[in-house]
Amino acid sequence: MIKLHVNGTLHTIDAEGETPLLWVIRDNLGMTGTKYGCGIAQCGACSVMIDGVVTRSCVTPVESVADKAITTIEGIEQDPVGRRVVEAWVRHQVPQCGYCQSGQVMAATSLIKAKAHPTDDDINAAMINLCRCGTYTTIRAAVHDLAGSAEHAA
Amino acid sequence: MITDLSHDLALDTGAPVNISRRRFLMAAAGASAGAFVLGFGLPIGQARAEGAVVTPGTRVAAFLEIRADGTIRLQSPFVEGGQGIFTAMAQIVGEELDADPATFVVENASPGPDYKVMGTGAGRRITGGSNSVRSSYATMRRLGASARAMLVQAAALQWGVPVGELTTAPGHVIHAASHRSLAYGELAKTALDLPVPAPETVVLKDKAQFRWIGKSVARLDVRAKSTGKAAYAIDAKVPGMVHAAVQHAPRFGMEPDSIGNADAIRAMPGVHSVHLLPGCVAVVAERFWHARRAVEAARVNWREPADPAAIRAMPADFSTEGFAARLAAADGPGDVAEHVGDAAHAMTTAASVIRATYQSQFLNHAQLEPPSALARFNADGTLDVWLANQAPDLFVADIAQRTGLTAENIALHSPMIGGFFGRHFKYAGASPYPQAIALAKAVGRPVKVIWTREEEFLRDTLRPMAVVQFRAGLDAAGLPVAIEAFSACEGPGEGQANRRGDKLDAAALEGVTGKQYAIPHRHIAQRYVKSPMALGYWRSVGHSMNDFFYECFLDEIADKGGKDPYDLRLHLLADNRRLSTLLKAVAEASGGWKAGPYVAPDGSRRARGVAMASPFGSETAAIAEVSIEGGEVKVHDIWQAIDPGTVVNPAIVAAQVTGASALALSQLLVETAVYRDGVPVARNFDGYQVLRPDRMARVHTRIVESGEKMGGIGEPGLPAVPPAVANAVSRLTGKRVRAMPLAGQTVNA
Repeated sequence: MIKLHVNGTLHTIDAEGETPLLWVIRDNLGMTGTKYGCGIAQCGACSVMIDGVVTRSCVTPVESVADKAITTIEGIEQDPVGRRVVEAWVRHQVPQCGYCQSGQVMAATSLIKAKAHPTDDDINAAMINLCRCGTYTTIRAAVHDLAGSAEHAA
Repeated sequence: MITDLSHDLALDTGAPVNISRRRFLMAAAGASAGAFVLGFGLPIGQARAEGAVVTPGTRVAAFLEIRADGTIRLQSPFVEGGQGIFTAMAQIVGEELDADPATFVVENASPGPDYKVMGTGAGRRITGGSNSVRSSYATMRRLGASARAMLVQAAALQWGVPVGELTTAPGHVIHAASHRSLAYGELAKTALDLPVPAPETVVLKDKAQFRWIGKSVARLDVRAKSTGKAAYAIDAKVPGMVHAAVQHAPRFGMEPDSIGNADAIRAMPGVHSVHLLPGCVAVVAERFWHARRAVEAARVNWREPADPAAIRAMPADFSTEGFAARLAAADGPGDVAEHVGDAAHAMTTAASVIRATYQSQFLNHAQLEPPSALARFNADGTLDVWLANQAPDLFVADIAQRTGLTAENIALHSPMIGGFFGRHFKYAGASPYPQAIALAKAVGRPVKVIWTREEEFLRDTLRPMAVVQFRAGLDAAGLPVAIEAFSACEGPGEGQANRRGDKLDAAALEGVTGKQYAIPHRHIAQRYVKSPMALGYWRSVGHSMNDFFYECFLDEIADKGGKDPYDLRLHLLADNRRLSTLLKAVAEASGGWKAGPYVAPDGSRRARGVAMASPFGSETAAIAEVSIEGGEVKVHDIWQAIDPGTVVNPAIVAAQVTGASALALSQLLVETAVYRDGVPVARNFDGYQVLRPDRMARVHTRIVESGEKMGGIGEPGLPAVPPAVANAVSRLTGKRVRAMPLAGQTVNA
């Protein structure tokens, strides 16, 4: 049995320690907002926050986060920064199909929590999740909005 | 009770107001409006029989439910997969109903005759071909207007006043003379039981009165999609459900003979059972992770198909490199797709002739949601299936055939899709529902099958590859008088049929055919080359590659004739007001046409390219600006003008043009599906490259509403972008780009 703190709630999980956190969240806890996209930490659809830091849950063994605070998309609006990110996502009408957006919101929340006013380089380094619908520029606009900065011409 | 998948929009809408009749009608329509409908209603068979006589798009109650709180539930004939169709449907119906689209909860309607609203006659229903709005615009407006008339009638009855004294304001019927008003929610119970008015009595609004159509109404699904509440097929769950993972045959057509380590697999943690299925082995487990680990450990003995040709089997010696060589070697006259004038003769009298050969690549859909399917056999002999799909009635027909059940006993639930781009049409062997159905039957419990990304890349259908040989004849003034194109390829329809049809596959050459330039002699033909590859429709289909070929070769013609590529296009469109207007619009949007190369303020050397396309009833023109950084093409800006005739939601149009531009950049810059020894080299995103955020360009969309017949939106933003970028790269480097992708080709500024 593994004890997991997810969105402020303690859960006792019956799973092998090496089970990826993603599948524990989706199958054991039944929280399906966190998405499976690739299973090899390439796409970022499975992103959650571990102690406030964005982490790809598809390659994170559940035993490694037993004593950590896990935030999934279901808990994002409990976080004041997360709430701001969601509002920015709505304001900028970011999602299209939406499948990657749980992970995108996680990545943006983690970034703004770490640095309220990220630079272009910070944003480039942090916002690396894949989006097949091509919402990249809208995501960028939303993050710049949150950061209170203008986009720089490239 | 079923865990409800209908809460895509995460709105708690409360109980329906007129539950008894609604339940019957919703069941009659086979609609999956939520648990309350699924659990009640008429036996589905009886209801379907009743539904079979309807004229699609006319039975208001099959589409609309107005709740006491004013929430309007709309059954959409088209599935939401990111293109914004649910919002557009709410705008169109809401406009004539006189109800704010923001008060709508839109769901994908279940299969059934009511929703075959595309075109006339028997009707059909797919979400594809950028057809949804343009095919149903009039029908859905009339539906909204009919519902409004029924609400007005209900108010007239309640108040005892003539209909003519009543008006509406959003969500309300108003009797100005007595200063009375009733909310739609208060009238719905009576209104939806009234007969639907005769079509000829329904008056549609004048365009000048539009309140929502043509406006950038906020999408209905963004909050749910920003908070993880949107539910996709992969998220479906029902009580008692078990999970399954599969290992597909390495090559399509092979079948599992046995599993060498079956006992060891069965003994792995959490494993419920192990199954040999057509084309795969499957492991069922309580948890997906257990199923996946076990099935991947299976050592399967595969056998080759007995009759490979009959099933389009993938042979062990197939490679994309080898197939490209076959395409390049194809010759002969081919089958004529477009023939105007006498191109062959015109070449002989031309002042100069140029030739060039172009090539495209196979492409995966690579939608981010991997395929999944959930199947449940019910005690009463009915079957429920949850599946991402773009054509529910076709899938139901196929499921009926597979199971021996009648269509009336199959409930197909089609949740919103995590990206489709053409992935979820009915392709042989490319969807997990047959596996889920077989496993649910075998284990006697509901089974959800999820394909891992690796298994998906083994069974995805690909955008075709083509090699096109062009020839053009120019007159003494340097203007083209003749163009010839021989495209060696197999169209997606030909691929699915696994044979050459009686007619040409229009999707094979669209974009090399149908060009609007005034070149007097034209000869376009297809050299059909059969392949064993599973082919599918990929966003903008034939246009995704063919406009690249044609528009890049047109730049070669311009170069040969000493013309500027923009000026040449304008010249060739001199008699086409719609397209010259569009071309000028994109030039203006970009700050005025300039080809370059020139030095940008940041010191980088840049150039621009231009291209046009006529895809899916719309017209597009794009200009791209590029530089070379570290041996890679950097696309800075894309300006795109689109003329779809009329638009419903400009913000969604801009989002679609931007998204299509991203997919266009992806295929031009990085993307290619490579096969060796009959198997894909890349089976996940580590090997299969798709556009990453750092390669995305700024996209500036300009909408031109010519008022011409309405065209599509989801796909048209793609085809003009690859050639615009490639033409800019050619301009900058002095070396023509004649193949996609650029990755692997040397580019030097």
